Amino acid sequence: MTASKIHQLKNVPSQREPTDAADMLHLQPTSFQGPSGKKQVTMTSDKIIEATHVSKWYGTFRALTDVNLTVRKGERIVICGPSGSGKSTLIRCFNRLEAHQEGEITVNGIRLHNKMRNVTEVRKNVGMVFQHFNLFPHMTVLMNCMAGPMWIKDVPEAEAKKTALQFLERVRIPEQANKYPVQLSGGQQQRVAIARSLCMEPAVMLFDEPTSALDPEMVSEVLETMTSLARDGMTMVCVTHEMGFARAVADRVIFMDAGRIVEEAAPKDFFTKPQHDRTKLFLGQILQH
Amino acid sequence: MLYQDTVESEVLVHKPWFVASIFALVLALFLTINLTGTVMGEVMRPVIGDPLESGFYGRFAIAFVIAVMFCLNLVLIGFGPLIVQIVVVWLELLVLFIGFFNLFNLSLPFIWDNLPLLISQGVFTTLYVSAISLLFASMIAIVAAIAKLSTNGFAYGIASFYTSFFRGLPLLMQIYLVYLGLPQLGIVIDAVPSGILALSLCIGAYMTEIFRSGIASIDRGQWEASRSMGFGFGLTMRRIVLPQALPVIIPPTGNMFIGMLKDSSLVSVLGVWELTFLARTIGQPTFHHMEMLIAAAIIYWILSVCLEMIQGRIERHYARSKVR
Repeated sequence: MTASKIHQLKNVPSQREPTDAADMLHLQPTSFQGPSGKKQVTMTSDKIIEATHVSKWYGTFRALTDVNLTVRKGERIVICGPSGSGKSTLIRCFNRLEAHQEGEITVNGIRLHNKMRNVTEVRKNVGMVFQHFNLFPHMTVLMNCMAGPMWIKDVPEAEAKKTALQFLERVRIPEQANKYPVQLSGGQQQRVAIARSLCMEPAVMLFDEPTSALDPEMVSEVLETMTSLARDGMTMVCVTHEMGFARAVADRVIFMDAGRIVEEAAPKDFFTKPQHDRTKLFLGQILQH
Repeated sequence: MLYQDTVESEVLVHKPWFVASIFALVLALFLTINLTGTVMGEVMRPVIGDPLESGFYGRFAIAFVIAVMFCLNLVLIGFGPLIVQIVVVWLELLVLFIGFFNLFNLSLPFIWDNLPLLISQGVFTTLYVSAISLLFASMIAIVAAIAKLSTNGFAYGIASFYTSFFRGLPLLMQIYLVYLGLPQLGIVIDAVPSGILALSLCIGAYMTEIFRSGIASIDRGQWEASRSMGFGFGLTMRRIVLPQALPVIIPPTGNMFIGMLKDSSLVSVLGVWELTFLARTIGQPTFHHMEMLIAAAIIYWILSVCLEMIQGRIERHYARSKVR
């Protein structure tokens, strides 16, 4: 954090804590666009993720182009868009599984750059749920949940176990605690993955297409878990094609195409009166079934 | 596991054409060998008269009897359950081997007299040279494997040069180079340490490739999940990647170790009192070469079988997270 930013932090009157999702919607400043957007960025403690002018290239291919996004505490954001539009890349930049080349990303007050210590600090505070679950297959479900707190937060084993069981209870599979991941169904594995992330007590949870690899019947159990998390006020950024979930849970829906944020709106507006042609086309294609 | 087709098929050794052709084959084989002067001839004396006078009739009768016994044996084994088949085949092959060694007119008392020394000195030295070499080789292999997978050109260069060099030279030459070459540089090391050094470096180079493929077999998602939780490189490697790579690494490593146990016999050229060296030095002055060599061979074999069993146990241990 630079000195000027700390200065700004002191002078900005503390913003009113949003009381509910609808209220919060109206409070949102629109994203920081505009040619001289840099200095308008203010650091307030309730901004969990702040990305400004983020661009990323894979070789010569430009994956992200000037992306601006702010996620506030307690906000639920759904990112959708056609395949290859850069949605996964964007959220993977938030915990630096991918590196961005231009712009700034600040997560939980820490600016992401190349320093390992810095990145580790961010990752401790950001939970991530993957499309293919990525549970550690050589450990039991319980150990999967205990590993993070025990190994990098130095939580004593007994306490880590208590927390793990609590969160397994929370995703409603405490009885599977001593099984190995392969013995569980896809939906159960994904719920364990959610519990594993929750055990780190993250400030924000990133979901990278969490239901795409699941059988249709198992999608709902994972979505229910995510909805209940949202209800409890967890800050969430979800890349998903589950439009029902977006409509019910999201505070904002973000539509991306070709590495840009094309449209950003409350779900009510997003689904009923999309502004851009590309959005209309996309919605037309996924909603006609 | 070769997954069997679900179609029921008759046991091969019960198919008439198979038995018939085996019978013909065995008959032809033993017709070409004249066994009339051996034990078989004596056993057949009531049928063929004087074995040495019996001529072609004698040879045919002997070959015929052997072929019948062989085929009967095959058909009978075919009726047993799998485990019985395996045990019977093992036992029969063992009996044949013992019969073969018996042809050498070995002096058993001589073997018994020298067996204690062979085991206490030879086996002990062989085992500890192998075990220490394996330990060092594993350490070298982990470091070199990580270096070979890294994006650091310097590390990759050193590691790939190392594996290329030590896989490219005969082990015997490496042992000579270490023992005779290092003193040229003013570094004089004893026979045992230089044997261990040469073995470690050589086996380490092979194991580098085993470890590299093991580590590379771990899904990228595991790295990402581990990183996303804030685990650093060391923790990810130690707790996430290597434990999962072990089931992939262990079978070829066990293989390596069994191989090395016998490669350690090359250290005998340095005069280390390991199994092969002792077998030769005890056998030579008394012209009991064969006794000592066969005794040593059997000891090597027994050690290898033990290692195979240990390897099997470890594999089963690591298979538990894959059980559905």
